[in-house]
Amino acid sequence: MATTSKPQYRVIGTRPVRPDGIDKVTGRAQYGADIRLAGMLHGKVKRSPHAHAVIKKIDVSKALALAGVKAVITASDLPEAEDKVQSLGESSANLRELSSNVLAAHKVLYRGHPIAAVAATSAQVARQALELIHVEYEVLRPVLDVREAMRQDAPLLHDGLRTRSSGGASERPSNVAAHTQFRFGDIEQGFAAADVIVEREFATKMVHQGYIEPQAATATWNADGQLTVWTSTQGAFTVRAQVAEVLRQPISKVKVVPTEIGGGFGGKTVVYLEPLAALLAKQTGKPVKLQMDRTEVFEATGPTSGTSIKMKMGATKAGKIVAAQAELAYESGAFPGSPVVEGSLTMLAPYDIEHVLLDAYDVVVNKPKTSAYRAPGAPAAAFAAEQAIDELAEKLGIDPLKFRLQNSAFEGVRGPLGRPHALIGHGECLEAALSSPHYNAPLEGPNRGRGVASGYWFNAGMRSSATVTLQPDGSVSLIEGSTDIGGTRASLAMQLAETLGIEYDDVKPSVVDTDSVGYNDVTGGSRVTYASGMAVHEAGLALQREIIERLTKHWQCAREDIEYGDGTFRTKDAAKQGTFKELAGQLLGRGAGIMASGSVQAGFGSAALATHIVDVEVDPETGKVTVLRYTAVQDAGTAIHPSYVEGQMQGGAVQGIGWALNEEYYYDDSGRMANSSFLDYRMPTALDVPMIDTIIVEVPSPVHPYGVRGVGEVPIVPPLAAIANAVYRATGVRQTQLPMSPRRILETTLGIE
Amino acid sequence: MSGKTHVTTTINGERTEFLCEPRQSLLEVLRDELGLTGTKEGCNNGNCGACNVTLNGALVNSCCVLAVETQDAEVRTVEGVAAGDHLHPLQRSFLENAALQCGICTPGFIVAAKALLEKEPDADEARIRHWLAGNLCRCTGYDKIVRAVLDAAAEMRRAPAGA
Repeated sequence: MATTSKPQYRVIGTRPVRPDGIDKVTGRAQYGADIRLAGMLHGKVKRSPHAHAVIKKIDVSKALALAGVKAVITASDLPEAEDKVQSLGESSANLRELSSNVLAAHKVLYRGHPIAAVAATSAQVARQALELIHVEYEVLRPVLDVREAMRQDAPLLHDGLRTRSSGGASERPSNVAAHTQFRFGDIEQGFAAADVIVEREFATKMVHQGYIEPQAATATWNADGQLTVWTSTQGAFTVRAQVAEVLRQPISKVKVVPTEIGGGFGGKTVVYLEPLAALLAKQTGKPVKLQMDRTEVFEATGPTSGTSIKMKMGATKAGKIVAAQAELAYESGAFPGSPVVEGSLTMLAPYDIEHVLLDAYDVVVNKPKTSAYRAPGAPAAAFAAEQAIDELAEKLGIDPLKFRLQNSAFEGVRGPLGRPHALIGHGECLEAALSSPHYNAPLEGPNRGRGVASGYWFNAGMRSSATVTLQPDGSVSLIEGSTDIGGTRASLAMQLAETLGIEYDDVKPSVVDTDSVGYNDVTGGSRVTYASGMAVHEAGLALQREIIERLTKHWQCAREDIEYGDGTFRTKDAAKQGTFKELAGQLLGRGAGIMASGSVQAGFGSAALATHIVDVEVDPETGKVTVLRYTAVQDAGTAIHPSYVEGQMQGGAVQGIGWALNEEYYYDDSGRMANSSFLDYRMPTALDVPMIDTIIVEVPSPVHPYGVRGVGEVPIVPPLAAIANAVYRATGVRQTQLPMSPRRILETTLGIE
Repeated sequence: MSGKTHVTTTINGERTEFLCEPRQSLLEVLRDELGLTGTKEGCNNGNCGACNVTLNGALVNSCCVLAVETQDAEVRTVEGVAAGDHLHPLQRSFLENAALQCGICTPGFIVAAKALLEKEPDADEARIRHWLAGNLCRCTGYDKIVRAVLDAAAEMRRAPAGA
C-alpha cells in the first residue's frame, strides 16, 4: 500500500468480518425474491415483442377470465404522471417518461417494453394469462444505432422531442434529445501549437451491469391506503419517491423496505416492477410479488449506452498535451438521459490540458432506457481519450505512464466542471504504477503486449442520515438507510467505532426502511462509505456529547470538565472516570435512553483516480485475447476496510475486462436482442481472468473526517482502454471498437473488416 | 393443470416429502414449496450457478433438475453446509477473505467449492478456476473467491471433515 502520512487509527485500516456475512454464507439473507407473505399472489409482465410500434388495441378479457387470475392492469390504470424531472442520485428521470416505461401507453419503444401486468394465484397461471392478452400493433421501423438515429431521415421515437441546447429547443423534432458543449481555452490555438496530432473514431456497444439477482418487488396495499413495498434496490428513498409520483400517492402512504440486494452497479436505482406490484396489490387486496427472469433483465432494464466518439488530441514535441477535442454521441435508449455529459467531463479530467472543446449528444434509440452503470459514461469516453494519449506517447517516444505523469492534473488545475481540482491522487497513482513490480517486470514472448490507462470519477456526495443508540452493555446500534451491496455495514460500523473509541464488534448496524431513518440517497456514486460515513461520524460525535451531558449530572460537574479518550470518560482532575461500557450501564440503569443522529448533505471534493496496467496475449489464429497479468492502482483517500477496497478494484477491473473483450447487446435488424442470456451475453468467469493485483494509494480527501474517497466506480474506467492499448502493443493494430471479441481481433489484424 | 406428484427425498439429511407438478424444477420446489431460499435464481437456465445444490453427491444446477427426479435421492443445499452454528471451513474462509460483496452468488459458490474439495482436496488455483467457471460472480472479479477456496482447502487438509 502506498501511503502518504496519515493519522494512526485504531479500527480504520483493519479487516474485520462484515456483520451481514454469516447470513450471506449460510443462505439466510433475504434478497428481493425471498420475500414471502401470507396469501401472496404472483405477478408477471406482458412485454412488447416489437422494438417500435403503435399500440392499437389491448384486450385483456380472456386473461381476466382464466381461473386463478385476480387482476390485469395496463397503462390506463396508471394515473397521469407529471411532466417533471425526478433525481435518482446518479441519474434522473422525467416522471412522465418513467411512467410510460413502467407501462407503455400509446407506443412501444423497445422490445420488452411492458404492456400489461397480471396477478394470479401462481406464477404459472400468471404466465398462462400473458398468452391470453391480445395486443394489436402497428409495427414501425426501429432505429438501433446512435449515428443512424441522429440522421434527419431516421424514424422518430417521440414526435414531440426536440434537441435541447444552449440555443434553446430545435425547431424540428429529432432523436437527439440534447446537445451540450464544453469549451475551455481556444481549440484552434491549441491545435496550432501541437507538433503531433492524433485523430480517430471509436464505438462501443450497449452493455449491461450484469448483477446476478434479477429485479424483484413485493407490495401490499392496506385498506387504510398504506402501501408497503419490499424491493431489491440501491435506494429505498428514491424508490419511495418514484412509486409515490407514478401512482400519485402522498409520500406518507408509501413505505419501502429494502431487502438484501444481489448486485446493482447503478442499475437498481430505477423502478420497473414496484409500481406494478403496488397497483396489482391495490386491485386484488392481497400482497403481490413480481420478479424478472434473466431475459427480462437484459431486454427491459437499463443497460448503459452504446457510444460513438470522435476524438482528436495534440501534443508538443516536448510531450505536453495542448489540445483535445471530442464529439460524443451516446444512446440513451427509449427515453432521453444518457450519461454523455459525465463521459465528456471525465474523459480528460486526469490531465492538465489548456485547450478543450467537447460536444455531447444525447440520443434516443429503440432499445431499453439506459440507467446508471458504475461511473456512468466514463469508461467509453476513457476508451477513446486514453487510447489517444497512448498514441501520442508512442509517436513522441515517451513511456506511456511517464507521458501521463507529465500531463497529470493536480490540486488547483482546472477540473472537469471548470473549477480547480481539490486534492487528487493521479500523480501518486502513476508513480505507484511506475514503481510497481508489474510495470518493472519484463514481458516476453510473441503476441504479447502491455497497456496502461488512467481513469477519473467525480464521486458523489448527496444526502445521508444515521441514528445511533447506546445500549446498556456498552454496545451501540447503528441505524442506517444505505443499502449494503459490498460491505458498507462494515465500513460504516468501523467509522463509528473509530469515532466513539469502542470496538468494531460493539457496533450493531442495521439497514432499515424509509419510515425508520432519516433521508438517504442511493447506494451509488461511490458515496456510502464517504457520505454515510460523514453522517455516522456526526452521529457518533453527537452521542459522545449526549453521554457527557448525562455525566454532568451523574458526576455533578460541568461539561468542560469532562474529556473522552482511549475509551474512557474522565474528569480533567481524574477524580471520576469510567469506561464507555461501564458508564453505558450506569447511565442507562438510572436514566432515560441515550441516542443521537447525524444527517449530512455531502458535497463533491473527493474525486477518485485510478491507473491500471495489463498484460495480454493475442492468439493470432483465433483472435482470442488472454489477460495474463493485471494490476489496479487507485487512490482510495483512506481505505477504511482495505480488503473491501481491493474487492471494489478487482470487481471493477473484471467488469471492465468483460466490457472490453466480450460483452455487447447484439441486435438483429428488427430490434431483437439475440443474446439475452448469460450463456450468450458472455460475462467473465473465474477461468477468464487472472488474480487482480491491487495497489491502494492513500491521498486523504480533505473534506471527509477520515479522508475517505469513494472507491466503487473508478476501477471500471481504465480497463477498456488499458486492454486496447495492450492489444495494440501486442499486434500493432489500434482497436477502436468494442468488444474486442475474437472475431473483431481477427478482422482488424488480418485487415478483413 | 396436471395433478401433483408426491415425492419423498432427503434434503440436508432430513427425510422430506412434498407435492409438486411434474414441470416444476428442483429450484422452484426448494424455494417456493419448502422455503429453502438460500438457493438462488440468477438465470433459470443453467448458466450462472447461483442455484447449485448436490444431488446424490453430484453438483447440479437445481433449475435444470425436475423436482420429481429427486425421489429417493439425497439433496444438499447451502442451508446444509454448516453444522448447526458451526460454520464449514469454506464459509469461514469466504468471510475472512472478503470473498463476497453482494452475496447473491455466494451460496452457489460455496456448494460448488465444497463439492470440488470433497473430491479433490488438493485442487490448485487452475483447477479451482476451471471447476468454478460455471458460477458467475459480478462483484468480486473472482480473486478473493479463489483465494478463499485455496485457504479452505488447506484448512480441510489439515483437519479433515469429521475430525
